[in-house]
Amino acid sequence: MVSFKINSEEVSFEGDPGTPLLWVIRDHLRLKGTKFGCGIGQCGACTVHVDGAARRSCVIPVARIDGRSITTIEGLAPSDDELHPVQQAWLEHDVPQCGYCQAGQIMAAADFLGQNPKPSDADIDANITNICRCGTYVRIRKAIHRAAEIAAGEES
Amino acid sequence: MSALLNRHHFTRRQVLIAGAGAAGSLVIGLPALAYEEEGERMLGFFIQINPDGSVIIGCKDPEIGQGLRTTVPMMVAEELDLEWDKVRIEQMPLGIVKTAEGFRWKYGGGQGVGGSTGLTSNWEFMRQVGADARRQLVRAAAERLGVDESQCNTRPGFVVCASQNVEIPYSELVVAAAALPVSEEPATLKASSDYRIIGTRRKTIDARDIVTGKAMYGADTVQPDMRYAVIARAPVLNARVKTFDDTKARKVDGVLDIFEIDGPEPGEPYIILASGVAVVATSTWAAMQGRAALEIEWDESPNANDSSERFWRENEEMLKGDGQVVLDEGDFDATMAAAAKTISRQYRVPFVSHAPLEPQNCYAYVKPDECHIIAPTQMPSGASRAAHAVTGIPRENIRVEMTRVGGGFGRRLTNDYVAEAAMISKKTGWPIKLQWSREDDIRNDFYRPGGLHEMRAGIDADGKVTAWAQRLASGSKYYRRPDMPDENLYQAELYLDDFPRRIVDNIRMEYFHNTIGLPRGSWRAPAHTANAFVIQSFIDEIAHETGQDPLQLQLDLLGEPRELEYSGHGGPTFNPGRLSRLLRFVAERIDYGKRLPEGRGVGLATHFTFGGYTAHAIEVTVADGKLTIERIVAAIDCGFAVHPNGVDAQLQGGTIDGLSTALGLEITVKDGQVEQGNFDDYPLMRIATVPSLFETHILNYDDVPTGVGEIGLPSAAPALTNAIFAASGQRIRNLPIMGQLT
Repeated sequence: MVSFKINSEEVSFEGDPGTPLLWVIRDHLRLKGTKFGCGIGQCGACTVHVDGAARRSCVIPVARIDGRSITTIEGLAPSDDELHPVQQAWLEHDVPQCGYCQAGQIMAAADFLGQNPKPSDADIDANITNICRCGTYVRIRKAIHRAAEIAAGEES
Repeated sequence: MSALLNRHHFTRRQVLIAGAGAAGSLVIGLPALAYEEEGERMLGFFIQINPDGSVIIGCKDPEIGQGLRTTVPMMVAEELDLEWDKVRIEQMPLGIVKTAEGFRWKYGGGQGVGGSTGLTSNWEFMRQVGADARRQLVRAAAERLGVDESQCNTRPGFVVCASQNVEIPYSELVVAAAALPVSEEPATLKASSDYRIIGTRRKTIDARDIVTGKAMYGADTVQPDMRYAVIARAPVLNARVKTFDDTKARKVDGVLDIFEIDGPEPGEPYIILASGVAVVATSTWAAMQGRAALEIEWDESPNANDSSERFWRENEEMLKGDGQVVLDEGDFDATMAAAAKTISRQYRVPFVSHAPLEPQNCYAYVKPDECHIIAPTQMPSGASRAAHAVTGIPRENIRVEMTRVGGGFGRRLTNDYVAEAAMISKKTGWPIKLQWSREDDIRNDFYRPGGLHEMRAGIDADGKVTAWAQRLASGSKYYRRPDMPDENLYQAELYLDDFPRRIVDNIRMEYFHNTIGLPRGSWRAPAHTANAFVIQSFIDEIAHETGQDPLQLQLDLLGEPRELEYSGHGGPTFNPGRLSRLLRFVAERIDYGKRLPEGRGVGLATHFTFGGYTAHAIEVTVADGKLTIERIVAAIDCGFAVHPNGVDAQLQGGTIDGLSTALGLEITVKDGQVEQGNFDDYPLMRIATVPSLFETHILNYDDVPTGVGEIGLPSAAPALTNAIFAASGQRIRNLPIMGQLT
């Protein structure tokens, strides 16, 4: 049995320990915000935080999560009323089109900004590798810069 | 899209009715049994005004990322005079009604999105719905106040009667409004000069749900007792299952059932794409593990020797002969013979896959006499037909619900995955959620057709283009379409009315069909992506070859603003002056003609697609074989931008889609198998390739809007390859670009 925290809640999984974390999150824990896009860690639609670090959950066997703490898109915002700065910036810049990749984009950006609170365009290019098939990259770039401002307490 | 998917026009006014909904709400809609003399007056709702002042608007068409769920309520909120932040949107299911004359649409028009028609198919009708609903509220207020309705007006959310100095919130009028009959006379629509929502910057209505992970897609469907299924499909085109051994697969924990799925005969129309073996399990991963443990032996396929290498060789051979002349205007041969200079070039456009980020999936529950489908689809009526075809259940007993769709791009115009899910549910009797993997998706697609284009032009002593020919050898999109005569295959690939028709007098088009076994279908802006690349590249080549400036040559060709006949989708007319305006605009914005450092250059291109016009100016650097896109300026004329924020988004996304595809995407076949399978070998563009300098501009033309889902793409790729030539002297005639630059 594998036990871990997800969005601050203790959970356990008794199935095949080789099951990718993604499918445990989606099928067993029924948290549907984390998406399946490629299954090989290429697109990043399945990005979650493992102990705070952005990871592609489609290539992590759940056994490796034992004792760790997972945050998914459903648990990113501090509360129902208050969104995470990245989510706020995503709304300000109206990023989503189909929206399918955006949970992964947001989780990736949130961790990235934690490590690099004031990134340049080149930093973004080097670190944000999630795929958006709709091509919302123009707005993603602007929203990442805006999220950095929000996190730093700057007004729009 | 030649079928003009849902570009319906209302031939007669369908009278809206009002009724009381649950908890004292006003519901405006069409009677569900609209075509029957008598019957239950059940509402297929469009608007529900609730006592708390909130308003729910029904969207009959699917949201695939094109923004329709925001654009449609903007239309209604404008005419109904609503506060925008009180508006919510609900996805309506497929509504078809069986009548003596066949199936009829329940919600006033076709449901489905393709061919950039989502906006135009809602534009007249949904504004009318809003205006009629507003009049209903005004009449209810007038009656209550004992005044003539001419004394009442509205402000957002209220009926206002100035003479009585009274304002009544809509929510207080709903019960009375619901009891009033709806006039058959349509209410007057606003003049465009009075718009306060339409044409203004509004944000995506579902954005908060999306950024918090609450937005639900087809893949997120959960239903009681649902089982999970995957299919091991034939790796070779048109191969069938010979035998399979499921001993190991059945031992996988959670696997419940395994059986064969029979695909279509080679050459026959598709209901599903491939034969295979289905695995049903208690979870997606268990089903995938079961599939991995299957041992399947496949029959020899008639397409076992299909290959891209052979496809391109055959195309080259065909172009040496005579094809089907599908257009021959003026005297092409004589003009070419008399020309001061003739130029001929070949361009290669590859097969590509749609690869929407949400892989195909479908929930199906087939019972003996009814069926329930929940699917991410662009064509819910097609889903109903697909389920009917494989279950035999009458379509009136098939319930189809649409989810938000994780990308369409034309892939989900076909509902093969719905048919598969229904087959599996029928066989097992269980509610089934079918999930495709990424590899399933890339290897089993209705690909954008690949083709080899030969362009020929005659130029007179003044540098004027006097003769023009496009000769194309390709795999037509219409391959394996039901009832499609061979002589019509060209229609999906060569658009006879496209530029420079009616501009160059002597023009010929010729088609050669290649029968490679790859399935093909509509890929965003279908053949416009290929034709714009070819035509806009060729004009650039002619300019350079004849010592003319590419912008000037293009402007000379386009000429004065005028309406030219255009019988294809997007007509009835095409105005080349609207392309000139955009070209001049982007050229000026990017400072076209400025002196640039070595290795740097600007390319321009423009195109007309489905009623909309765009132009791109792109600046690049090519150094040591490395391409850097420095700056993009894109401009669109979609007549009138109803939802400008959405138009910008489509132009940004369309441009990136066009560039991503041109840069690195190609589907190839070897030994009858698709060689690509995932994003490692089908490398969609990532953020690092997108320049920070990326501007989009909307240039309205009149007050007649057109859809914008596809127009953003076609001119992007040729602007890029023209820029590469300007920067480096390297002419890209084969897509994708990747690997060719030195």
